[in-house]
Amino acid sequence: MISPRYHREIPQRYRLEAGRCEDCGEIHFPPRFVCRKCGGKRFAIEVLPRRGKVLTHTTIWIPPAPFEIQKPYVVAIVELENGVRLTCMVAEAPPDEVRIGTPVELIFRRLQAQPVWEVLQYGYKARVLAG
Amino acid sequence: MYGIAGYGAYVPRYRIQVETIAEQWGADAAAYRTGLLLSEKTVPGPDEDTITISVAAGRDAIARAGIDPREIGACYIGSESHPYAVKPSGTVVIDALGIGPDCHVADFEFACKAGTEAMYVAYSHVKAGEMKYALGVGADTSQGAPGDALEYTASAGGAAYVMGGDNVVAEILHTYSYTSDTPDFWRREGEHYPRHAGRFTGDPAYFHHVLSSAQGILERSGLKPADFRHAVFHMPNGKFPLRAGKLCGFKPEQLEQGWVVNLMGNTYSGSSPTGLASCLDVAVPGDLILVTSFGSGAGSDSFVLRATDRLPTVQKLAPSVRDQLVDRRINLTYGKYVAYRGKIRMNES
Repeated sequence: MISPRYHREIPQRYRLEAGRCEDCGEIHFPPRFVCRKCGGKRFAIEVLPRRGKVLTHTTIWIPPAPFEIQKPYVVAIVELENGVRLTCMVAEAPPDEVRIGTPVELIFRRLQAQPVWEVLQYGYKARVLAG
Repeated sequence: MYGIAGYGAYVPRYRIQVETIAEQWGADAAAYRTGLLLSEKTVPGPDEDTITISVAAGRDAIARAGIDPREIGACYIGSESHPYAVKPSGTVVIDALGIGPDCHVADFEFACKAGTEAMYVAYSHVKAGEMKYALGVGADTSQGAPGDALEYTASAGGAAYVMGGDNVVAEILHTYSYTSDTPDFWRREGEHYPRHAGRFTGDPAYFHHVLSSAQGILERSGLKPADFRHAVFHMPNGKFPLRAGKLCGFKPEQLEQGWVVNLMGNTYSGSSPTGLASCLDVAVPGDLILVTSFGSGAGSDSFVLRATDRLPTVQKLAPSVRDQLVDRRINLTYGKYVAYRGKIRMNES
């Protein structure tokens, strides 16, 4: 990813800043310019909760080259406590540790380090909650 | 009253056993276990580095401080494994934690004592009245050359401290540093792994600086070892901090809680800060704690802290160091370990 785009997306990738439509209250993540529900164009920043549960998941056995070293890994759609859904990798988890409904929290991890001349890319991943 | 308003520590989930490394190199595992007094070390995941460890520890420190992160006026990251050669770690950390942009940021390096440097400068700023709160972090994903004695100990983790004049959980009563040019351990630009001077890293480097710093702060404070509940000395291996503590006059039970190296390894800049966090996890109001770091090159920073009445109210707000050391460990094979540590040459993607 080129660094100007990476920089633009820092608020959502680092701090989970979503856009809440000031007309109808719909929360968009990632943020949008136009509300998909009412067409509104005024948004307030809404920081998403970090906890949620796995809505569904899949195991990646044949990843893109930069992720080869991490295989097999789980990618999940996570439903956060306020109902917002997002897609992310599940860090550290052996595939059999992740089930539909598994409680998770969002953590800050390095998402990509290749190629070596590019900026390192950081953002959110899910982690299975203990217990 | 100035001191620690909030603290947090992070321990990665991956481990490699001393036996696993010894088997790879045809070494005597039992000799390493007894020689180094440790059984395993932490390993960072393939998506972890000094920045992610700093964010994880910093988030818990801010939670325990109970403050708005925008009130933090400075952020210092001490590490010898900053992910970039050119570009600060601290800028990523402040943006991830919601600190700034009204904030002074710097990365510190001083072998294993960069973490206590960050803590010392953060503390000095709030004590001088320059800002309300400041964050000091010690974190590392340390490297040891394959087959070298360092490979058995160089590990990953860190701790973060919000310093302030409000919400203090541990007042800093005294500080003292002792520094000289002592070339016991170094890494030149472009070199992949550090070099060390073998036994020279012991008496002239570690013990001279650690003992001078610890005895210096005891003299200046008028305190004696028996006054302390806990004492933490930098942990390059299991033996050094126990011997340093004994030579200073501390008893084993005073060293036990902060001695996390047997299950964690040497987290370099994160070592003594993590040991301090482990003591804060259990300390009760009024407890005195001595911390002495060590960084090769060489120098030591010492702090005398006293737990306040607020400490017990924040201890359970984040996972303890001991719980993280025991919970949900994943043991790695040597092959997986070298892959995660980037020691295998892959085709560029």
